[in-house]
Amino acid sequence: MSEVLLASEGMTRRFGGLTANQNVNIQLERGVLHALLGPNGAGKSTCINMLSGDLPPSEGAIRYKGEDITGLTAYQRSRIGIGRSYQRTNIFPKFTVLENCRLAAQSRKPRPWSLFTDALRMPEAVERARAAINEAGLSGREDRVAGTMSHGEQRQLEIAMVLATDAEVLLLDEPLAGMGSEESAQMVTLLNRLKATRAILLVEHDMDAVFAVADRITVMVNGQVLESGSPEQIRNSPDVQAAYLGHEAEHE
Amino acid sequence: MNSRTTTFFKLAVMAGVLAFPVFGSDFYAEMIAKVMILAIFAMSLDLLVGFTGLVSFGHAAYFGIAAYAVALLTPKYDPANLWLALPASVLAAAVAAFVIGLFVLRTKGIYFIMVTLAFAQMAYYVFHDTPVGGGSDGIYLNFKPDAAIAGWAPFDLNEPLHLYYFVVAAMLFAYGLLKLVLRSPFGRVLVGIRSNEHRMLSLGYATFRYKLAAFTLAGALAGLAGFLYAVLFGFVTPEYLSWHKSGDVLLMVILGGMGNLAGAIAGAVALVGLQEIFTSVTKHWQLLMGLTIVAAVLFMPGGLTATPARIMARINGGKGNV
Repeated sequence: MSEVLLASEGMTRRFGGLTANQNVNIQLERGVLHALLGPNGAGKSTCINMLSGDLPPSEGAIRYKGEDITGLTAYQRSRIGIGRSYQRTNIFPKFTVLENCRLAAQSRKPRPWSLFTDALRMPEAVERARAAINEAGLSGREDRVAGTMSHGEQRQLEIAMVLATDAEVLLLDEPLAGMGSEESAQMVTLLNRLKATRAILLVEHDMDAVFAVADRITVMVNGQVLESGSPEQIRNSPDVQAAYLGHEAEHE
Repeated sequence: MNSRTTTFFKLAVMAGVLAFPVFGSDFYAEMIAKVMILAIFAMSLDLLVGFTGLVSFGHAAYFGIAAYAVALLTPKYDPANLWLALPASVLAAAVAAFVIGLFVLRTKGIYFIMVTLAFAQMAYYVFHDTPVGGGSDGIYLNFKPDAAIAGWAPFDLNEPLHLYYFVVAAMLFAYGLLKLVLRSPFGRVLVGIRSNEHRMLSLGYATFRYKLAAFTLAGALAGLAGFLYAVLFGFVTPEYLSWHKSGDVLLMVILGGMGNLAGAIAGAVALVGLQEIFTSVTKHWQLLMGLTIVAAVLFMPGGLTATPARIMARINGGKGNV
């Protein structure tokens, strides 16, 4: 059994009369890519937002390496090693790729009081940024202005920024959204590489990709966990087939 | 303009400013000093508007609070000590900005504009409607602060020439300090906040603290400007805190080009210059002023500092060099 980094216990979120997440228990382990599946409105985004601290849960607890972090804000969670990417590309479009990642890396040792330091020459942050750019497969594009790159490259940058923060837990919200098949394949390779040393939660619609990379899959429907298990278990679960896979198939 | 032309241009302007009082008239020397003070004020606001993305419509509050501070710290029949009055006035503005910042920075967008205005109006009425600072008439600063350190005075602010160069030094200090800040890790975070605050939070930055620090620093520098303004003109009125003043400084920043310290300076020069020209032409000068500003916003997006580059691009347009 590998090391559990992030876990939710009875995590619940209500918006007025609507229960967007009910009693969600999810465990993210180092070396494991955990995929979160579900139709639109199933509560996947609510779940990832509570794990990242963007949204406080109404009930339940979230633990990181055994410690209760339910009360921590998004930036505090980032500081302890929980990084997230966004479904809608959320970068600094006018900055270069390097500056996007350098800014992300700077957050580890922010040094806001060192007035006489040239931020662009902080060796540690620049090195970490370059390493993250290489790891995310963007080498050679350091000086491109982020907003002028292709959609796929921007999605890679989104991940590079999380890597530059040295996150141990990656919460990735639909990193494959809007990607072409070649770009998707690259991203799948990247995800496979990243999970070796980290815990990853992958929220994704692309079923082929999910079954290609996930070690565990949790299926959510109507704010509740329907089933959680290995890809094999999920594929053969009659409940999942009825609720989700069948539903998906109708559209194809 | 390439960076060498820009540097040359800046140095030439600086040389002109330094040499002016030797050759030019006292009247215009005072006007240039006024412009430089307003340039400090505009640069301090640009830190918020242009670099952090915080459109404050109440920046005159900090300018006015420091101006009142020096007036109130000056005894009736004696000058105050410069080395106490200056830091105390700047500190008063900084403390006000810090406390007000704690409240206003919880809002965003149009609400931020409104609450900064509301707090500035509160400060305005404190001085306008209470006898603290002489009510609506304001108060005179009978003596300019004394620069003596233990009996020895390196300069005398009663000498117009000394005061002029003191203002030059203050402006260079403000410019240099803001340049350092913007180059530092802190400054890069501010620019990141302007671009995408939400992402800065998720990258692990406590953005509220950064914004509060920027707001306080901007308030302190506005205070430096207010202090100098009170010393230069020798009186302080509630108008220093009025929303007209907040609007004027915002116009300077917009006219010069947001997110560019040289732009804030250019904006101060342009606004005071236009005011001077229009008032000499007609008593309805505000009409001309308004039309000019509308035209500037329409035809010079990016402000004065972006215009040379735009013109060059237009000229080279045929060569496909935009």
